[in-house]
Amino acid sequence: MLDTLVNGLINGQITTAIGKSLGRILLGFSIAIVVGLVLGYFIWRYKMVEDTLGFVVTALQSIPSIVWFPLAIIWFGLNDMAILFIVTIGATWTMTVNATSGFKNVPPLYQRVAKVYGSGGFHFIRTVILPASVPQLISGLRIAWAFSWRALMAGELLGGGGGLGQLLEMGRSLGQMDLVISVMIIIAIIGTIVDNVVFSRLERSVEVKWGLRAR
Amino acid sequence: MYLTIDGIEKSFLTEKKDRLKVLDNINLNVEKGSFVSIVGPSGCGKSTLLYLIAGLDKADQGEIRVAGNLVKKPGPERVVVFQEAGLFPWLTVLENVTYGLLLKKMTKEQAEQKAREVLKMVHLSKYVDSYPHQLSGGMKQRVSIARALVMEPDILLMDEPFSALDEQTRMVLHKELLEIWRKTKVTIFFVTHNIREAVLLSEQVVVFATRPGKIKEIITVPTMKDGIMPDGVTLHTEQKILSILEEELEKVLKEEMGDDYSFKTNHLHRGDSGDMGSHI
Repeated sequence: MLDTLVNGLINGQITTAIGKSLGRILLGFSIAIVVGLVLGYFIWRYKMVEDTLGFVVTALQSIPSIVWFPLAIIWFGLNDMAILFIVTIGATWTMTVNATSGFKNVPPLYQRVAKVYGSGGFHFIRTVILPASVPQLISGLRIAWAFSWRALMAGELLGGGGGLGQLLEMGRSLGQMDLVISVMIIIAIIGTIVDNVVFSRLERSVEVKWGLRAR
Repeated sequence: MYLTIDGIEKSFLTEKKDRLKVLDNINLNVEKGSFVSIVGPSGCGKSTLLYLIAGLDKADQGEIRVAGNLVKKPGPERVVVFQEAGLFPWLTVLENVTYGLLLKKMTKEQAEQKAREVLKMVHLSKYVDSYPHQLSGGMKQRVSIARALVMEPDILLMDEPFSALDEQTRMVLHKELLEIWRKTKVTIFFVTHNIREAVLLSEQVVVFATRPGKIKEIITVPTMKDGIMPDGVTLHTEQKILSILEEELEKVLKEEMGDDYSFKTNHLHRGDSGDMGSHI
């Protein structure tokens, strides 16, 4: 099994799959962040949107993203787009919910201070609302990442596209258990690295800067 | 007159959808460069009045003018120092102080230079690159004052700025604020519940009645040329204000604790020489 893992990494079979999977999730995840922030902004800003869309988002959030897959196949066909779609949708709702509550929890004092100094419009969003909700946004990113990572694996398993999920499926159909386990290990490692290195570090640096945690 | 408050009325909706009048026909004139304090029991609407002047809230009736201009929305010529310093934790001290200047379309270099000068005035030159959480409460409030002063406002609105600080820090900041006021000649509108603070700092003390909030009396604090008053005079002014406020306090306490509560039976203050003509 170790042989398969090392060989796969060296001869490119696993490495290419990693590259494909990561590329896909980065794209889907970025779209989800942008969409989540924008939706979060509107839900926070307009009461009417909150009453309508806010409720829908909560409902949508409780749908596991793989459930969207049949729909995605009908819309886009069994291809990359379908996988990208469920990866994005997996992260979007969580991001929206977290962005909304992050924006809502910005202390009124900061908002008043900014207003007094003449801030408004986009400047107000950029210099006060966004930075003030950063701690919450980071935890949102973290959960959103976990969701889209799961969605990605499920999507690739079913929809192919040359990523780690497809490799897993290939290992199964060839009866190559060593490949299956190697891929599982890789999936676990990437998940851990991203969570522990990227998000934990981001979270810690913000906490230290804000004085929420001792150095 | 520099700041004119003309016939201001303001009410809030309570939870039961009743109208609660917090400000009733407020008329007040403040001269340029003066230091005016507002004292009154909690909930008398003194902070509300300050928010109205700042433009953070809208009056139901009446108008407020600063230097002849009608107040409609917040503006950098009327900055507020809040009770909590309200510094942005994601910015350094220097960045916090330059925040308003950069909004005035000043270049970064100019803004930083100006911010450094003002931070020097509040004795914080060493901490320009610190983050707010690294500062003590008094230092944070100094930064907050610096952030306001750097805008060179027409009027500085202070909403109980020292009430969250400990006594010693407060004393130091009183002294510093007076120095800054004399140096910059800025008009200060100071809301507090601390009578001693009001008497020590300001030239005029506006005493507020409560429910609804209105002006009960305006007292001019006797001041010496050098600004240092004999303790006796200060104490006397303080007691005068306290006796005006006593009735209001009773009103508040009765509302909170029921009508059988009597506050008058145990007086808060007593004349220092047994009232042998000491108030003449």
